[in-house]
Amino acid sequence: MHESAFLLGQIFNGFSVASLFILAALGLALSFGLMRVINMAHGEMLMLGGYLAYLTLQVIPGPLGIIVAMPVAFVGAGIIGAILEFAVIHRLSARPLDTLLATWGVSLILQQAARNLFGAIGVEVTAPAWLNHTITISSGPLAGLDLPDTRIFILIIAGVVLGLIAALLNKTRLGLYVRAVNQDRPTAAAMGVNARLIDLSVFALGTGVAGLAGVILALLGPVTPTVGQSYIVPAFLVVILGGLGSLVGTTIASLIVGLFTALIEIFVDVSVAQVLLLVFVIVFIQFRPQGVITVHTRALEG
Amino acid sequence: MRIPPKYIIAALLLAFGALAPFIINAYQLSLLGRFLALSILAMGIMLTWGEAGILSLGQGVFFGLGGYALAMHLKLEGLNLANGDMPDFMVWSGVSTLPAFWYPFASPVFALACVVIVPGAFAAAFSWLVFRRRVGGVYFALITQALALAFSTLLISQQALTGGFNGLTNFSTLFGYDITTQRAAQVIYWITFLFVVLVYVFLRWLLTSRYGVMLRATRDGENRVRFLGHNPVPYKVVAFGLAGALAGIGGALFTLHAGVVSPALVGVVPSIEMVVWVAVGGRNILWGAIAGTLLVNFAKDQISSAFPSLWLYGLGALFILAVSFLPAGIAGMFHPSSREESVMRRILSRRKLRTAE
Repeated sequence: MHESAFLLGQIFNGFSVASLFILAALGLALSFGLMRVINMAHGEMLMLGGYLAYLTLQVIPGPLGIIVAMPVAFVGAGIIGAILEFAVIHRLSARPLDTLLATWGVSLILQQAARNLFGAIGVEVTAPAWLNHTITISSGPLAGLDLPDTRIFILIIAGVVLGLIAALLNKTRLGLYVRAVNQDRPTAAAMGVNARLIDLSVFALGTGVAGLAGVILALLGPVTPTVGQSYIVPAFLVVILGGLGSLVGTTIASLIVGLFTALIEIFVDVSVAQVLLLVFVIVFIQFRPQGVITVHTRALEG
Repeated sequence: MRIPPKYIIAALLLAFGALAPFIINAYQLSLLGRFLALSILAMGIMLTWGEAGILSLGQGVFFGLGGYALAMHLKLEGLNLANGDMPDFMVWSGVSTLPAFWYPFASPVFALACVVIVPGAFAAAFSWLVFRRRVGGVYFALITQALALAFSTLLISQQALTGGFNGLTNFSTLFGYDITTQRAAQVIYWITFLFVVLVYVFLRWLLTSRYGVMLRATRDGENRVRFLGHNPVPYKVVAFGLAGALAGIGGALFTLHAGVVSPALVGVVPSIEMVVWVAVGGRNILWGAIAGTLLVNFAKDQISSAFPSLWLYGLGALFILAVSFLPAGIAGMFHPSSREESVMRRILSRRKLRTAE
């Protein structure tokens, strides 16, 4: 295999990992911008999406199962997210650190519930035949470059979701309300925006997207009760790098984290890569403590 | 003259703690010793989280640094290094020479100094890098969680240097004394108990000093502290460094009691579990941190052996209930001024809500 093909393969891997991070971190970042809270049970929404994909494929086997599984996971995780927001997070508004701990409690319960329902070992979701190919470039300077269909599929899904959310935020009335509450909650509320409902719907949307990401995760490996945990810590770092509730910031930060991890893993093993990612984040905040995209505001706190 | 009941209770607890080796059986003593070691760490969490408003989800890292520093010495004691002797696990993983950074740990004094200095200095440096750029709150909690994850995976992956997943175990002597006997267990218990009392007294003093006042001021209004001409960063860094050093001491004592230190004690989940001890006990009251640690850990010991899956549900529910309904913890129910504080907290949280909005 050519050197350049290998490097390009890693970059391609970085993009596909980054697109998973985008889907996982999007909901976190949007809710963080609105409510200044982080949902530690967000990783379990990925897990939930994975198990819903597994269940859907039990009911509808065959090539179309995975297509059906995506809306199922989106709605299922969204509903659980809405319940979580209503029952726990809303009660603790303005206490971000307590919210962190309470949602961690929720995450423990969900993990254990999954362990009791599906077993600790995990379930396999087999990719349908139409996703089982690998595009291999056999000639030219990039000979030997493998592009598995599932990885391309992830990129496409992430692109579509990102486009839809961007359109939702920038073109619709709901998006206008979201941006208004994000900028100035009391004023938006005084103008008749139901800020409470906006919080709830953005949170549910975010967990729904995480559920969708869970379906994709299921295509890559077995779904275990702790599958969300391995993706959620990088997603938290994405939120830190991305800046407050910014779609563009989250996307750029996901790409940074995804590419950084993929490229550094050429030289060091996974555990050292994790340490270096953390070092990178700490160095990064020395220069841009407010993230990639800084929202200019006159408010000092918050 | 009437003695206030709290002094009587304190005297009774001190007497019980000091005489415990004669009162309870060896198994219970070993549990109590371990949990008291953990409560040293919990007092550090009370200092950073309760008094400084810094939530760390990575205290297990500092606990582990202290524990490993001592364990490395315990693995080397009794070996003839000049002869090329090596700890058993290194021989099993096929290491030919002892790695250079292990050598100084052959000295017990060096290792004991490292127990305090390494976690303390690392915690201070780490937090300084974050706080100096005014990054805090939720961001800091998430960064410390990433730290816990990185630290534990690093320990597991570097099998030949750290003992990997199994950690370091099979200790025999410290300062030439056998540490596996019944008698040694009692002595280790007394040392732990002494540390708990000393740390308690020290933190009591520290929190009533001007430093303690500044720390609480920083927690309640960091920008106001800045406006008054103080730099809040050193106060927070010192608090976090102290908490790190306390976690290290707790880790070393725990290692002595348990006879093992492993990545399972330092990762993401154990680190966050440490916070719940303090949340249950009371984050603003020092004795609450000790009480919460003992209570949650004894409960865990009872429940998790009989119903392992029930314990995780219980722990999850404990998190939710403690922070939702009992923000001042169990200690808060006894504390005389908790009403004023709860009013204060409500005012402050309302102000924060407005600014967050």
